[in-house]
Amino acid sequence: MTERYDVLVVGAGPAGLAAAGTAAAHGARVGLLDAQPRAGGQVWRHDVRKPAPRAAREAIAALHGVNLLAQHSVIASEDGALRVETPEGSALLTYGALVLATGARELLLPFPGWTLPGVSGAGGLQALTKQGWPVAGKRVVIAGSGPLLLAAAATLRAHGAKVVGIHEQASPDSVHAFARQLLHWPARAAQALSLRARLMGVPYRFGSIVRHAHGEDAVRVVEIEDAHGTACVDCDLLAVGYGLVPNVELAQLLGCALDHAPTHPHVQVDELLRTSVPAVFAAGEACGIGGLAAARIEGAIAGHMASGHADEARVLLPERDRARRFGALLARHFAPGSRVHALATPQTLICRCEDVTLGALDGYADARDAKLATRCGMGACQGRICGTALAELGRFPRGAGRPPLFPARLATLAGLATSPSDDASRSTT
Amino acid sequence: MSATVRLQVNGQPVEVPAGASVAAAVAHWTLHFRTSVSGETRAPLCGMGVCFECRVRIDGVAHQRACITPARDGMQVDSHD
Ligand SMILES: Cc1cc2nc3c(=O)[nH]c(=O)nc-3n(C[C@H](O)[C@H](O)[C@H](O)COP(=O)(O)OP(=O)(O)OC[C@H]3O[C@@H](n4cnc5c(N)ncnc54)[C@H](O)[C@@H]3O)c2cc1C
Ligand code: FES
Repeated sequence: MTERYDVLVVGAGPAGLAAAGTAAAHGARVGLLDAQPRAGGQVWRHDVRKPAPRAAREAIAALHGVNLLAQHSVIASEDGALRVETPEGSALLTYGALVLATGARELLLPFPGWTLPGVSGAGGLQALTKQGWPVAGKRVVIAGSGPLLLAAAATLRAHGAKVVGIHEQASPDSVHAFARQLLHWPARAAQALSLRARLMGVPYRFGSIVRHAHGEDAVRVVEIEDAHGTACVDCDLLAVGYGLVPNVELAQLLGCALDHAPTHPHVQVDELLRTSVPAVFAAGEACGIGGLAAARIEGAIAGHMASGHADEARVLLPERDRARRFGALLARHFAPGSRVHALATPQTLICRCEDVTLGALDGYADARDAKLATRCGMGACQGRICGTALAELGRFPRGAGRPPLFPARLATLAGLATSPSDDASRSTT
Repeated sequence: MSATVRLQVNGQPVEVPAGASVAAAVAHWTLHFRTSVSGETRAPLCGMGVCFECRVRIDGVAHQRACITPARDGMQVDSHD
Protein backbone atom coordinates (compact mmCIF):
# COMPACT_ATOMS: atom_id res chain seq x y z
CA MET A 1 0.00 0.00 0.00
CA THR A 2 1.37 3.44 -0.93
CA GLU A 3 0.09 6.76 0.45
CA ARG A 4 1.18 10.17 -0.78
CA TYR A 5 1.57 13.28 1.41
CA ASP A 6 2.74 16.81 0.63
CA VAL A 7 4.26 16.94 4.10
CA LEU A 8 5.06 13.87 6.16
CA VAL A 9 5.99 14.40 9.82
CA VAL A 10 7.77 11.68 11.82
CA GLY A 11 7.13 11.94 15.56
CA ALA A 12 3.92 13.20 17.19
CA GLY A 13 5.51 14.94 20.18
CA PRO A 14 5.18 18.70 20.71
CA ALA A 15 7.47 19.45 17.73
CA GLY A 16 5.73 17.09 15.31
CA LEU A 17 2.25 18.18 16.40
CA ALA A 18 3.14 21.84 15.80
CA ALA A 19 4.73 21.03 12.42
CA ALA A 20 1.73 19.01 11.25
CA GLY A 21 -0.84 21.55 12.44
CA THR A 22 1.06 24.44 10.86
CA ALA A 23 1.59 22.74 7.49
CA ALA A 24 -2.06 21.63 7.36
CA ALA A 25 -3.21 25.20 8.09
CA HIS A 26 -1.43 26.19 4.86
CA GLY A 27 -3.56 23.65 2.98
CA ALA A 28 -0.94 20.89 2.64
CA ARG A 29 -1.95 17.24 2.74
CA VAL A 30 -0.20 16.14 5.94
CA GLY A 31 0.57 12.76 7.49
CA LEU A 32 1.79 12.61 11.10
CA LEU A 33 3.16 9.25 12.19
CA ASP A 34 4.41 7.89 15.47
CA ALA A 35 5.44 4.48 16.75
CA GLN A 36 3.48 5.13 19.95
CA PRO A 37 -0.23 4.34 20.19
CA ARG A 38 -1.14 7.98 20.93
CA ALA A 39 0.02 11.43 19.98
CA GLY A 40 1.86 13.54 22.58
CA GLY A 41 5.47 12.36 22.49
CA GLN A 42 7.36 12.18 25.75
CA VAL A 43 6.27 15.17 27.76
CA TRP A 44 2.61 14.95 26.74
CA ARG A 45 2.39 11.19 27.07
CA HIS A 46 -1.16 10.10 27.91
CA ASP A 47 -1.68 9.45 31.63
CA VAL A 48 -4.38 6.88 32.49
CA ARG A 49 -5.03 8.81 35.71
CA LYS A 50 -5.52 12.34 34.46
CA PRO A 51 -6.56 14.40 31.45
CA ALA A 52 -3.87 15.75 29.11
CA PRO A 53 -2.52 19.25 29.83
CA ARG A 54 -4.34 22.04 28.02
CA ALA A 55 -1.46 22.80 25.63
CA ALA A 56 -1.43 19.16 24.54
CA ARG A 57 -5.20 19.03 24.01
CA GLU A 58 -5.02 22.22 21.96
CA ALA A 59 -2.13 20.97 19.82
CA ILE A 60 -4.02 17.76 19.06
CA ALA A 61 -7.29 19.60 18.43
CA ALA A 62 -5.46 21.86 15.94
CA LEU A 63 -4.71 18.93 13.66
CA HIS A 64 -7.56 19.69 11.23
CA GLY A 65 -7.23 17.49 8.19
CA VAL A 66 -4.00 15.86 9.37
CA ASN A 67 -3.86 12.10 8.92
CA LEU A 68 -2.66 10.84 12.30
CA LEU A 69 -0.89 7.51 11.84
CA ALA A 70 -0.40 5.94 15.30
CA GLN A 71 1.57 2.74 15.88
CA HIS A 72 3.51 3.40 12.67
CA SER A 73 7.23 2.66 13.02
CA VAL A 74 9.60 3.85 10.32
CA ILE A 75 11.71 0.90 9.23
CA ALA A 76 13.58 2.15 6.18
CA SER A 77 13.85 4.89 3.58
CA GLU A 78 13.40 4.35 -0.15
CA ASP A 79 14.01 7.33 -2.41
CA GLY A 80 11.42 9.94 -1.41
CA ALA A 81 9.40 7.45 0.61
CA LEU A 82 9.41 5.84 4.04
CA ARG A 83 8.64 2.18 4.64
CA VAL A 84 6.57 1.88 7.83
CA GLU A 85 5.39 -1.08 9.84
CA THR A 86 1.95 -1.02 11.43
CA PRO A 87 0.17 -3.61 13.60
CA GLU A 88 -1.68 -4.72 10.44
CA GLY A 89 1.23 -4.87 8.01
CA SER A 90 3.47 -2.44 6.23
CA ALA A 91 3.02 0.60 4.00
CA LEU A 92 5.06 2.94 1.83
CA LEU A 93 4.52 6.65 2.52
CA THR A 94 5.76 9.09 -0.13
CA TYR A 95 6.26 12.78 0.57
CA GLY A 96 7.05 16.11 -0.99
CA ALA A 97 8.71 17.35 2.20
CA LEU A 98 9.66 15.47 5.34
CA VAL A 99 9.87 16.80 8.91
CA LEU A 100 11.94 14.77 11.37
CA ALA A 101 10.55 15.36 14.86
CA THR A 102 11.90 12.14 16.35
CA GLY A 103 12.64 13.64 19.77
CA ALA A 104 14.97 12.19 22.34
CA ARG A 105 15.44 9.16 24.53
CA GLU A 106 16.89 8.85 27.97
CA LEU A 107 20.62 8.44 28.54
CA LEU A 108 20.85 5.14 30.43
CA LEU A 109 24.26 4.26 31.85
CA PRO A 110 25.55 0.93 33.19
CA PHE A 111 26.30 0.26 36.85
CA PRO A 112 26.49 -2.99 38.79
CA GLY A 113 22.96 -4.38 39.13
CA TRP A 114 21.35 -2.24 36.43
CA THR A 115 19.95 -5.30 34.63
CA LEU A 116 17.87 -6.41 37.65
CA PRO A 117 14.10 -6.27 37.16
CA GLY A 118 12.76 -3.18 38.92
CA VAL A 119 15.64 -1.01 37.71
CA SER A 120 14.59 1.31 34.89
CA GLY A 121 15.13 4.78 33.50
CA ALA A 122 13.69 7.75 35.39
CA GLY A 123 11.69 9.12 32.45
CA GLY A 124 11.26 5.43 31.66
CA LEU A 125 9.45 4.67 34.90
CA GLN A 126 7.45 7.87 34.49
CA ALA A 127 6.33 6.70 31.05
CA LEU A 128 5.47 3.20 32.30
CA THR A 129 3.55 4.65 35.25
CA LYS A 130 1.51 7.01 33.08
CA GLN A 131 0.46 3.91 31.14
CA GLY A 132 -0.78 2.05 34.19
CA TRP A 133 2.33 0.36 35.65
CA PRO A 134 1.37 -0.47 39.25
CA VAL A 135 3.43 1.72 41.62
CA ALA A 136 0.93 2.45 44.42
CA GLY A 137 2.59 1.81 47.80
CA LYS A 138 5.94 0.96 46.19
CA ARG A 139 9.15 2.47 47.59
CA VAL A 140 10.98 4.15 44.73
CA VAL A 141 14.50 5.61 44.59
CA ILE A 142 15.01 8.11 41.76
CA ALA A 143 18.51 9.02 40.61
CA GLY A 144 20.56 10.37 37.74
CA SER A 145 20.60 13.89 36.43
CA GLY A 146 18.49 16.85 35.40
CA PRO A 147 15.02 18.26 36.00
CA LEU A 148 13.39 15.15 34.51
CA LEU A 149 14.06 13.46 37.87
CA LEU A 150 11.64 15.87 39.54
CA ALA A 151 9.01 15.43 36.83
CA ALA A 152 9.29 11.65 37.14
CA ALA A 153 9.04 11.84 40.94
CA ALA A 154 5.91 14.00 40.74
CA THR A 155 4.19 11.55 38.38
CA LEU A 156 5.13 8.59 40.58
CA ARG A 157 3.86 10.30 43.69
CA ALA A 158 0.59 11.21 41.99
CA HIS A 159 0.16 7.50 41.20
CA GLY A 160 0.62 6.54 44.86
CA ALA A 161 4.32 5.58 44.97
CA LYS A 162 6.41 6.38 48.02
CA VAL A 163 9.40 8.30 46.63
CA VAL A 164 12.19 7.51 49.10
CA GLY A 165 14.64 10.04 47.67
CA ILE A 166 15.83 11.87 44.57
CA HIS A 167 19.58 11.65 43.98
CA GLU A 168 21.05 14.19 41.54
CA GLN A 169 24.60 13.47 40.46
CA ALA A 170 25.42 17.11 39.70
CA SER A 171 27.23 18.89 42.51
CA PRO A 172 25.41 21.25 44.87
CA ASP A 173 27.35 24.17 43.33
CA SER A 174 26.23 23.24 39.85
CA VAL A 175 22.56 22.85 40.81
CA HIS A 176 22.56 26.13 42.73
CA ALA A 177 24.16 27.95 39.79
CA PHE A 178 21.42 26.53 37.56
CA ALA A 179 18.75 27.65 40.02
CA ARG A 180 20.13 31.21 39.97
CA GLN A 181 19.97 31.22 36.16
CA LEU A 182 16.32 30.16 36.35
CA LEU A 183 15.52 33.71 37.46
CA HIS A 184 15.93 34.68 33.78
CA TRP A 185 13.29 32.12 32.80
CA PRO A 186 10.22 32.96 34.89
CA ALA A 187 8.01 30.26 33.36
CA ARG A 188 10.63 27.60 34.04
CA ALA A 189 11.21 28.88 37.55
CA ALA A 190 7.47 28.68 38.26
CA GLN A 191 7.40 25.12 36.90
CA ALA A 192 10.35 24.13 39.11
CA LEU A 193 8.72 25.64 42.20
CA SER A 194 5.44 23.88 41.53
CA LEU A 195 7.27 20.56 41.12
CA ARG A 196 9.11 21.11 44.40
CA ALA A 197 5.79 21.87 46.11
CA ARG A 198 4.30 18.63 44.79
CA LEU A 199 7.33 16.80 46.16
CA MET A 200 7.13 18.25 49.66
CA GLY A 201 8.88 15.95 52.13
CA VAL A 202 10.87 14.03 49.52
CA PRO A 203 14.65 14.35 50.08
CA TYR A 204 16.44 15.87 47.04
CA ARG A 205 20.21 15.29 47.32
CA PHE A 206 22.96 16.71 45.12
CA GLY A 207 26.32 15.14 44.31
CA SER A 208 24.66 11.83 45.12
CA ILE A 209 24.88 8.72 42.92
CA VAL A 210 23.55 5.17 42.89
CA ARG A 211 26.61 2.90 42.82
CA HIS A 212 25.04 -0.54 42.92
CA ALA A 213 21.64 -2.26 42.87
CA HIS A 214 21.30 -5.52 44.80
CA GLY A 215 18.63 -8.22 44.80
CA GLU A 216 17.96 -11.79 43.70
CA ASP A 217 15.04 -11.73 41.29
CA ALA A 218 14.46 -7.96 41.51
CA VAL A 219 16.08 -4.91 43.07
CA ARG A 220 15.78 -4.82 46.87
CA VAL A 221 18.62 -2.55 48.10
CA VAL A 222 20.59 0.25 46.47
CA GLU A 223 23.97 1.62 47.49
CA ILE A 224 24.04 5.40 47.36
CA GLU A 225 27.21 7.45 47.60
CA ASP A 226 27.55 11.14 48.38
CA ALA A 227 30.12 13.43 49.99
CA HIS A 228 29.38 11.86 53.39
CA GLY A 229 29.98 8.25 52.34
CA THR A 230 27.93 5.27 51.19
CA ALA A 231 24.52 4.24 52.51
CA CYS A 232 22.23 1.31 51.69
CA VAL A 233 18.56 2.03 51.05
CA ASP A 234 15.74 -0.52 50.72
CA CYS A 235 13.40 -0.06 47.77
CA ASP A 236 11.02 -1.85 45.40
CA LEU A 237 11.90 0.14 42.27
CA LEU A 238 14.97 2.11 41.20
CA ALA A 239 14.66 4.68 38.41
CA VAL A 240 17.91 6.11 37.03
CA GLY A 241 18.28 8.44 34.05
CA TYR A 242 21.15 10.76 33.12
CA GLY A 243 19.32 13.22 30.88
CA LEU A 244 18.41 12.90 27.21
CA VAL A 245 20.05 12.10 23.88
CA PRO A 246 18.55 12.96 20.47
CA ASN A 247 17.08 10.19 18.28
CA VAL A 248 19.08 10.62 15.07
CA GLU A 249 18.88 7.14 13.56
CA LEU A 250 16.27 8.02 10.92
CA ALA A 251 18.09 11.23 9.95
CA GLN A 252 21.28 9.23 9.62
CA LEU A 253 19.57 6.67 7.44
CA LEU A 254 18.32 9.45 5.16
CA GLY A 255 21.88 10.74 4.82
CA CYS A 256 21.33 13.95 6.83
CA ALA A 257 24.55 15.41 8.22
CA LEU A 258 24.87 15.13 12.00
CA ASP A 259 26.66 17.41 14.41
CA HIS A 260 28.73 15.21 16.71
CA ALA A 261 29.67 17.77 19.33
CA PRO A 262 30.27 17.18 22.13
CA THR A 263 29.37 13.51 22.81
CA HIS A 264 26.01 12.56 21.34
CA PRO A 265 25.04 13.47 17.78
CA HIS A 266 22.11 15.68 16.84
CA VAL A 267 20.70 16.50 13.41
CA GLN A 268 22.49 19.42 11.79
CA VAL A 269 20.10 22.13 10.59
CA ASP A 270 20.45 25.69 9.31
CA GLU A 271 18.59 28.62 10.82
CA LEU A 272 15.39 27.61 9.00
CA LEU A 273 15.68 23.98 10.14
CA ARG A 274 16.74 22.59 6.75
CA THR A 275 18.89 19.47 7.06
CA SER A 276 21.67 18.75 4.57
CA VAL A 277 19.19 16.70 2.48
CA PRO A 278 16.83 18.70 0.24
CA ALA A 279 13.17 18.81 1.39
CA VAL A 280 14.03 17.23 4.74
CA PHE A 281 13.59 19.41 7.84
CA ALA A 282 14.19 18.63 11.50
CA ALA A 283 12.65 20.12 14.65
CA GLY A 284 12.66 19.65 18.42
CA GLU A 285 14.95 17.46 20.50
CA ALA A 286 16.26 15.65 17.39
CA CYS A 287 18.23 18.87 16.71
CA GLY A 288 19.67 18.88 20.24
CA ILE A 289 18.11 18.82 23.69
CA GLY A 290 16.18 22.07 24.08
CA GLY A 291 13.03 21.34 26.07
CA LEU A 292 9.33 21.75 25.42
CA ALA A 293 9.26 25.43 24.39
CA ALA A 294 12.00 24.96 21.79
CA ALA A 295 10.27 21.85 20.42
CA ARG A 296 6.96 23.67 19.94
CA ILE A 297 8.40 26.72 18.25
CA GLU A 298 10.69 24.68 16.01
CA GLY A 299 7.79 22.48 15.02
CA ALA A 300 5.90 25.55 13.84
CA ILE A 301 8.97 26.81 11.93
CA ALA A 302 9.42 23.44 10.23
CA GLY A 303 5.70 23.29 9.37
CA HIS A 304 5.89 26.68 7.64
CA MET A 305 9.08 25.71 5.81
CA ALA A 306 7.85 22.29 4.69
CA SER A 307 4.76 23.89 3.17
CA GLY A 308 6.77 26.65 1.47
CA HIS A 309 6.17 29.64 3.78
CA ALA A 310 9.66 30.79 4.74
CA ASP A 311 8.57 34.34 5.62
CA GLU A 312 6.24 33.11 8.33
CA ALA A 313 8.97 30.82 9.60
CA ARG A 314 11.45 33.73 9.90
CA VAL A 315 9.14 35.67 12.19
CA LEU A 316 9.52 32.93 14.80
CA LEU A 317 13.32 32.83 14.87
CA PRO A 318 13.98 35.18 17.82
CA GLU A 319 11.60 33.16 19.98
CA ARG A 320 13.38 29.98 18.95
CA ASP A 321 16.81 31.35 19.87
CA ARG A 322 15.65 32.25 23.34
CA ALA A 323 14.11 28.82 23.93
CA ARG A 324 17.28 27.12 22.71
CA ARG A 325 19.44 28.97 25.23
CA PHE A 326 17.62 27.11 27.99
CA GLY A 327 18.74 23.76 26.56
CA ALA A 328 22.35 24.93 26.60
CA LEU A 329 21.95 25.85 30.26
CA LEU A 330 20.73 22.34 31.12
CA ALA A 331 23.62 20.69 29.30
CA ARG A 332 26.12 22.89 31.13
CA HIS A 333 24.87 22.23 34.64
CA PHE A 334 23.73 18.60 34.56
CA ALA A 335 26.29 16.76 32.40
CA PRO A 336 27.21 13.40 34.02
CA GLY A 337 30.47 13.62 35.94
CA SER A 338 33.47 11.29 36.05
CA ARG A 339 32.15 9.39 39.10
CA VAL A 340 29.17 8.30 37.00
CA HIS A 341 31.40 7.29 34.10
CA ALA A 342 33.42 5.05 36.42
CA LEU A 343 30.48 3.07 37.87
CA ALA A 344 30.52 0.05 35.54
CA THR A 345 33.11 -2.61 36.39
CA PRO A 346 34.65 -5.05 33.87
CA GLN A 347 31.97 -7.59 34.94
CA THR A 348 29.03 -5.20 34.37
CA LEU A 349 26.92 -6.07 31.32
CA ILE A 350 27.04 -3.24 28.84
CA CYS A 351 25.09 -4.77 25.94
CA ARG A 352 21.84 -6.00 27.46
CA CYS A 353 20.62 -7.62 24.25
CA GLU A 354 23.65 -9.89 23.79
CA ASP A 355 24.87 -9.94 27.43
CA VAL A 356 28.35 -8.57 26.70
CA THR A 357 30.38 -7.24 29.65
CA LEU A 358 32.35 -4.01 29.61
CA GLY A 359 35.56 -6.00 30.16
CA ALA A 360 34.91 -8.08 27.03
CA LEU A 361 35.34 -4.91 24.95
CA ASP A 362 38.89 -4.26 26.12
CA GLY A 363 41.36 -4.11 23.27
CA TYR A 364 38.93 -3.18 20.48
CA ALA A 365 39.61 0.08 18.69
CA ASP A 366 36.10 0.99 17.54
CA ALA A 367 32.45 0.00 17.81
CA ARG A 368 32.60 -2.03 14.59
CA ASP A 369 35.53 -4.21 15.66
CA ALA A 370 33.95 -4.75 19.07
CA LYS A 371 30.62 -5.65 17.47
CA LEU A 372 32.10 -8.22 15.09
CA ALA A 373 34.09 -9.89 17.85
CA THR A 374 31.64 -9.78 20.77
CA ARG A 375 28.17 -9.14 19.21
CA CYS A 376 27.97 -5.94 21.34
CA GLY A 377 25.29 -3.78 19.74
CA MET A 378 23.99 -6.53 17.45
CA GLY A 379 20.79 -7.25 19.32
CA ALA A 380 17.25 -5.99 19.02
CA CYS A 381 17.91 -2.44 20.25
CA GLN A 382 20.60 -2.14 17.57
CA GLY A 383 23.04 -0.45 19.90
CA ARG A 384 20.71 2.36 20.96
CA ILE A 385 21.38 1.61 24.63
CA CYS A 386 24.94 0.21 24.67
CA GLY A 387 26.28 2.32 21.79
CA THR A 388 25.05 5.51 23.42
CA ALA A 389 26.43 4.43 26.81
CA LEU A 390 29.84 3.56 25.33
CA ALA A 391 30.00 6.99 23.66
CA GLU A 392 29.15 8.66 26.98
CA LEU A 393 31.82 6.59 28.80
CA GLY A 394 34.37 7.75 26.23
CA ARG A 395 34.97 4.24 24.83
CA PHE A 396 33.92 4.58 21.16
CA PRO A 397 31.70 6.98 19.23
CA ARG A 398 28.43 5.45 18.00
CA GLY A 399 28.65 3.49 14.77
CA ALA A 400 26.35 4.26 11.83
CA GLY A 401 23.05 2.37 11.75
CA ARG A 402 21.74 0.20 8.93
CA PRO A 403 18.20 -0.56 7.86
CA PRO A 404 15.87 -1.76 9.20
CA LEU A 405 15.73 0.98 11.85
CA PHE A 406 13.87 -1.37 14.19
CA PRO A 407 13.58 -5.16 14.02
CA ALA A 408 10.77 -5.73 11.55
CA ARG A 409 8.57 -8.61 10.49
CA LEU A 410 9.93 -10.68 7.62
CA ALA A 411 6.96 -9.65 5.45
CA THR A 412 7.93 -5.98 5.93
CA LEU A 413 11.56 -6.73 5.21
CA ALA A 414 10.60 -8.58 2.04
CA GLY A 415 9.06 -5.33 0.78
CA LEU A 416 12.31 -3.39 1.22
CA ALA A 417 14.23 -2.37 -1.86
CA THR A 418 17.47 -2.21 0.10
CA SER A 419 18.73 -5.42 1.64
CA PRO A 420 18.34 -5.50 5.40
CA SER A 421 21.10 -6.45 7.79
CA ASP A 422 20.36 -10.01 8.82
CA ASP A 423 21.39 -9.47 12.44
CA ALA A 424 18.53 -7.06 12.98
CA SER A 425 15.62 -9.03 11.62
CA ARG A 426 13.17 -10.29 14.15
CA SER A 427 13.73 -13.89 13.13
CA THR A 428 17.05 -13.91 14.97
CA THR A 429 16.05 -11.98 18.09
CA MET B 1 -14.73 1.70 25.14
CA SER B 2 -15.13 0.55 28.72
CA ALA B 3 -13.05 2.18 31.44
CA THR B 4 -11.14 -1.03 32.06
CA VAL B 5 -9.60 -3.71 29.90
CA ARG B 6 -9.50 -7.42 30.78
CA LEU B 7 -6.76 -9.66 29.47
CA GLN B 8 -4.72 -12.70 30.48
CA VAL B 9 -1.07 -12.74 31.50
CA ASN B 10 0.49 -16.19 31.67
CA GLY B 11 -3.03 -17.59 31.94
CA GLN B 12 -4.03 -15.34 34.84
CA PRO B 13 -6.74 -12.69 34.48
CA VAL B 14 -5.71 -9.02 34.82
CA GLU B 15 -7.77 -5.86 34.71
CA VAL B 16 -6.10 -2.56 33.82
CA PRO B 17 -7.43 0.93 33.04
CA ALA B 18 -8.26 1.66 29.39
CA GLY B 19 -5.16 3.18 27.79
CA ALA B 20 -2.77 1.08 29.89
CA SER B 21 0.08 -0.76 28.21
CA VAL B 22 0.63 -4.50 28.04
CA ALA B 23 3.73 -3.84 30.19
CA ALA B 24 1.50 -2.52 32.97
CA ALA B 25 -0.71 -5.61 32.74
CA VAL B 26 2.28 -7.97 32.93
CA ALA B 27 3.69 -6.09 35.93
CA HIS B 28 0.54 -6.90 37.91
CA TRP B 29 1.74 -10.53 37.98
CA THR B 30 5.46 -10.65 37.35
CA LEU B 31 8.63 -8.69 36.62
CA HIS B 32 9.91 -11.58 34.51
CA PHE B 33 9.27 -10.21 31.03
CA ARG B 34 11.94 -12.03 29.09
CA THR B 35 14.98 -14.24 29.63
CA SER B 36 18.27 -12.87 28.33
CA VAL B 37 20.72 -14.87 26.19
CA SER B 38 22.69 -15.81 29.32
CA GLY B 39 19.55 -16.71 31.26
CA GLU B 40 18.94 -13.56 33.30
CA THR B 41 15.44 -12.33 34.10
CA ARG B 42 14.72 -8.96 32.50
CA ALA B 43 12.03 -6.29 32.80
CA PRO B 44 11.36 -2.92 31.12
CA LEU B 45 14.18 -0.38 31.15
CA CYS B 46 13.32 2.55 28.87
CA GLY B 47 9.51 2.50 28.95
CA MET B 48 9.39 4.03 25.48
CA GLY B 49 10.10 1.40 22.83
CA VAL B 50 13.88 1.75 22.57
CA CYS B 51 15.57 -0.98 24.66
CA PHE B 52 13.52 -4.09 23.77
CA GLU B 53 13.86 -5.46 27.34
CA CYS B 54 10.06 -5.69 27.68
CA ARG B 55 9.50 -8.16 24.84
CA VAL B 56 6.67 -10.66 25.41
CA ARG B 57 4.45 -12.95 23.35
CA ILE B 58 1.07 -11.40 22.55
CA ASP B 59 -1.67 -13.57 21.04
CA GLY B 60 0.98 -16.03 19.91
CA VAL B 61 3.25 -13.45 18.26
CA ALA B 62 6.68 -13.39 19.95
CA HIS B 63 8.97 -10.40 20.58
CA GLN B 64 6.34 -7.67 20.92
CA ARG B 65 7.37 -4.61 22.90
CA ALA B 66 4.96 -4.58 25.85
CA CYS B 67 5.65 -0.93 26.71
CA ILE B 68 4.35 0.47 23.42
CA THR B 69 1.50 -1.99 22.92
CA PRO B 70 -1.87 -0.93 24.35
CA ALA B 71 -3.67 -3.60 26.40
CA ARG B 72 -6.86 -4.80 24.71
CA ASP B 73 -9.78 -6.91 25.92
CA GLY B 74 -9.15 -10.63 25.49
CA MET B 75 -5.41 -10.44 24.78
CA GLN B 76 -3.34 -13.46 25.76
CA VAL B 77 0.08 -12.36 26.92
CA ASP B 78 2.94 -14.71 27.78
CA SER B 79 6.16 -13.55 29.35
CA HIS B 80 9.31 -15.60 30.15
CA ASP B 81 10.23 -16.33 26.49
C1 LIG C 1 11.13 9.52 28.88
C2 LIG C 1 11.06 11.03 28.79
C3 LIG C 1 10.22 11.74 29.67
C4 LIG C 1 10.14 13.13 29.60
N1 LIG C 1 9.33 13.79 30.49
C5 LIG C 1 9.29 15.15 30.48
C6 LIG C 1 8.49 15.87 31.42
O1 LIG C 1 7.82 15.27 32.27
N2 LIG C 1 8.50 17.23 31.37
C7 LIG C 1 9.24 17.92 30.43
O2 LIG C 1 9.21 19.16 30.41
N3 LIG C 1 9.99 17.26 29.52
C8 LIG C 1 10.05 15.90 29.53
N4 LIG C 1 10.85 15.25 28.63
C9 LIG C 1 11.60 16.07 27.68
C10 LIG C 1 10.83 16.06 26.38
O3 LIG C 1 11.45 15.12 25.53
C11 LIG C 1 10.71 17.36 25.62
O4 LIG C 1 10.43 18.45 26.39
C12 LIG C 1 9.65 17.28 24.49
O5 LIG C 1 8.81 16.16 24.64
C13 LIG C 1 10.36 17.21 23.19
O6 LIG C 1 9.46 17.18 22.14
P1 LIG C 1 9.80 16.56 20.73
O7 LIG C 1 8.57 16.74 19.93
O8 LIG C 1 11.07 17.12 20.20
O9 LIG C 1 10.10 15.01 20.96
P2 LIG C 1 9.32 13.82 21.72
O10 LIG C 1 8.32 14.32 22.64
O11 LIG C 1 10.39 12.93 22.20
O12 LIG C 1 8.54 13.10 20.51
C14 LIG C 1 9.19 12.33 19.52
C15 LIG C 1 8.22 11.27 19.00
O13 LIG C 1 8.80 10.67 17.84
C16 LIG C 1 8.49 9.30 17.82
N5 LIG C 1 9.49 8.62 16.99
C17 LIG C 1 10.85 8.70 17.08
N6 LIG C 1 11.43 7.94 16.14
C18 LIG C 1 10.43 7.35 15.42
C19 LIG C 1 10.40 6.43 14.32
N7 LIG C 1 11.53 5.96 13.73
N8 LIG C 1 9.18 6.03 13.87
C20 LIG C 1 8.05 6.50 14.43
N9 LIG C 1 8.01 7.37 15.47
C21 LIG C 1 9.18 7.78 15.97
C22 LIG C 1 8.52 8.90 19.28
O14 LIG C 1 7.70 7.77 19.50
C23 LIG C 1 7.98 10.14 19.99
O15 LIG C 1 6.60 10.06 20.26
C24 LIG C 1 10.92 13.85 28.65
C25 LIG C 1 11.75 13.13 27.78
C26 LIG C 1 11.82 11.74 27.83
C27 LIG C 1 12.74 11.01 26.87
S1 FES D 1 10.84 -0.98 28.01
FE1 FES D 1 12.32 -0.46 26.53
S2 FES D 1 11.36 -1.13 24.70
FE2 FES D 1 9.85 -1.49 26.17
